[in-house]
Amino acid sequence: MNGDGLTVRDLRVTFDGFTAVDGVDLDIRPGDLRFLIGPNGAGKTTLVDAITGLVPSTGSVRFEGRELRGRPVHRIARLGIGRTFQTATVFEELTVLQNLDIAAGAGRGPLTLLRRRKEVPEPVTRALETTGLTGLRDRPAGALAHGQKQWLEIGMLLVQDVRLLLLDEPVAGMSHDEREATGELLRRVSGERTVVVIEHDMDFVRSFARSVTVLHAGRVLSEGSVADVQADARVQEVYLGSAAGSGSVPGSVPDSVPGSVPGSGSVPGGVPATATATVAEGA
Amino acid sequence: MTTTLSPSPPSAGAARKPAGGPLAARFRVPGAFVLGAVLLVGVAPLVLSDFRLSLLAKYLCYAIVAVGVSLAWGRGGLLVLGQGVFFGLGGYAMAMHLKLADAAAAGSTLPDFMQLYGTSGALPWWWAPFAHPAFALAMTVLLPMAVAALLGLCVFRRRVKGAYFAILSQALAAALSIWLIGQQATTGGTNGLTDFQGFFGYDLDDPVNQRMVYFVIAAVLLLLMAAVRQLFVSRYGELLVAVRDAEERVRFLGYDPAAVKLVAYVGAAGMAGLAGALFVPAVGIISPALIGIVPSIGFVIGAAVGGRASLLGAVLGAIAVAWAQSTLSDAFPAAWTYLQGLLFVVAVGFLPGGLASLASAVRARRARPRTTPPAPTGGTA
Repeated sequence: MNGDGLTVRDLRVTFDGFTAVDGVDLDIRPGDLRFLIGPNGAGKTTLVDAITGLVPSTGSVRFEGRELRGRPVHRIARLGIGRTFQTATVFEELTVLQNLDIAAGAGRGPLTLLRRRKEVPEPVTRALETTGLTGLRDRPAGALAHGQKQWLEIGMLLVQDVRLLLLDEPVAGMSHDEREATGELLRRVSGERTVVVIEHDMDFVRSFARSVTVLHAGRVLSEGSVADVQADARVQEVYLGSAAGSGSVPGSVPDSVPGSVPGSGSVPGGVPATATATVAEGA
Repeated sequence: MTTTLSPSPPSAGAARKPAGGPLAARFRVPGAFVLGAVLLVGVAPLVLSDFRLSLLAKYLCYAIVAVGVSLAWGRGGLLVLGQGVFFGLGGYAMAMHLKLADAAAAGSTLPDFMQLYGTSGALPWWWAPFAHPAFALAMTVLLPMAVAALLGLCVFRRRVKGAYFAILSQALAAALSIWLIGQQATTGGTNGLTDFQGFFGYDLDDPVNQRMVYFVIAAVLLLLMAAVRQLFVSRYGELLVAVRDAEERVRFLGYDPAAVKLVAYVGAAGMAGLAGALFVPAVGIISPALIGIVPSIGFVIGAAVGGRASLLGAVLGAIAVAWAQSTLSDAFPAAWTYLQGLLFVVAVGFLPGGLASLASAVRARRARPRTTPPAPTGGTA
């Protein structure tokens, strides 16, 4: 099983003496829908940065048996690994169609590049349908609503034909309906592809996660199904306890100080694990 | 994968712009191109005196540089403040050949200035190959492109961007002109290379041949405009804009942004070199003063004023600024440099799209009464 999917061993990232990722081991099976959670500063984004080659690291990151460390960012991307950023980054001056077309074309030769696009490539048409952006394809991406930009980014990963998607808070700032739609989209996309999502919104995690990894201070604190993780006392202490205390709030957990939710510290064991776990298992 | 995300129903109708007739839209660009060609090749030589036509030839050389600037800076976001280097390399390559040809015609092996200043009495080894016309012609384009490729590889790989890239380009322009000044015996020093008699066998003093040079320049400009326009609408053009606006994102899509930028940078350098080569027979001189820091800034000002992202805007801007320079610098020689700097600051600071964007900026302001959805800034050629 180790040869397939994503295998991270003893990964470390250090910035000027500060260790942001401190010996992380991670095994993500093909087709998984894994959520990375943890308090602010736990090293979630840095971990994704290290996997995609954005920051230098030590240790080992293997995807489908190939070592990723030491390769430049664009080479890692060509091995079938795509990511999004916390703030949706699309090419604002280009249309939705042009954005998707660029994402589809990393393997194009110079002759194709120097010619005008004659027809819409088939994967682009499919991604437009999947993301519901068909009617907006000639609109400049900068004019899209926030949620639509996030979908466009996911669409770009789909046409890029990546086998591992790393998404950094894809539902931040979305409405309830948009979250549901995004979750359904991620569920459909995983299965044939591996999806890793960094997320703060615990309701979203409970609804859609197939498995969860909790990071704390650059280390893996706990790993397993939503129920396993929620039952873990250490997790409740650093993170979930506070989130569960404010479980009725549909919005995301305040990003900055998870422990500051009123009354959260006093109910360390009050995690309604059973009810939510069935949702996750049912997927 | 058939279900779609649709909490917000997409408004398909609003996305399509009602064009003023598909035919009109289709022939707008080729029509403008033909009109420009008729004006340049047909009308200008009829209505302009020989003197004015030779001035126009000079402006068109600057316009050829601006075509490259529009590609590298307008679309690629590379503030190329050192195009004087490439203009100079092309210009000197051509000038060296003309000098050697003149010397050969006069029955000498040494160009005239070397007989005056030369110390050794022998032709420097790096001059010798430029006696071959084909070699010299190829070098006018290949030499600037090779230098740009070398520099670009180092700079883009190391992710040097923005102001640092611009300052580096400037420094290179300064270095080349200072080096040329120091090499009086082999490059003509401050005087540069001048006083050319012939141009590939044609007498440059003959007004007919001056016209021919003008036609060659106009044709090169039109051809390059057509080629770069094709580049703008190609997939590469879209990719270049993507690299300009979100380089990191492009990298994560599996492209090497350094390679994308390199193509635009090397292309622009080749065009500047060709412009320099054509400048030599048209104006009759190439010298360090024409390729240093001030002229290098001058090369981008025209594009900035006219609209760097718009090909036509950049070309017309370059011609207009060059015209203003020769007119105004005669009347107020001291004031021009200040005016040039002011133009640059105003254009970059207040009208980044240049005059080409003025109409659409005004239209956007009129069309927006009170509530303001973020206006898409369309980058059309």
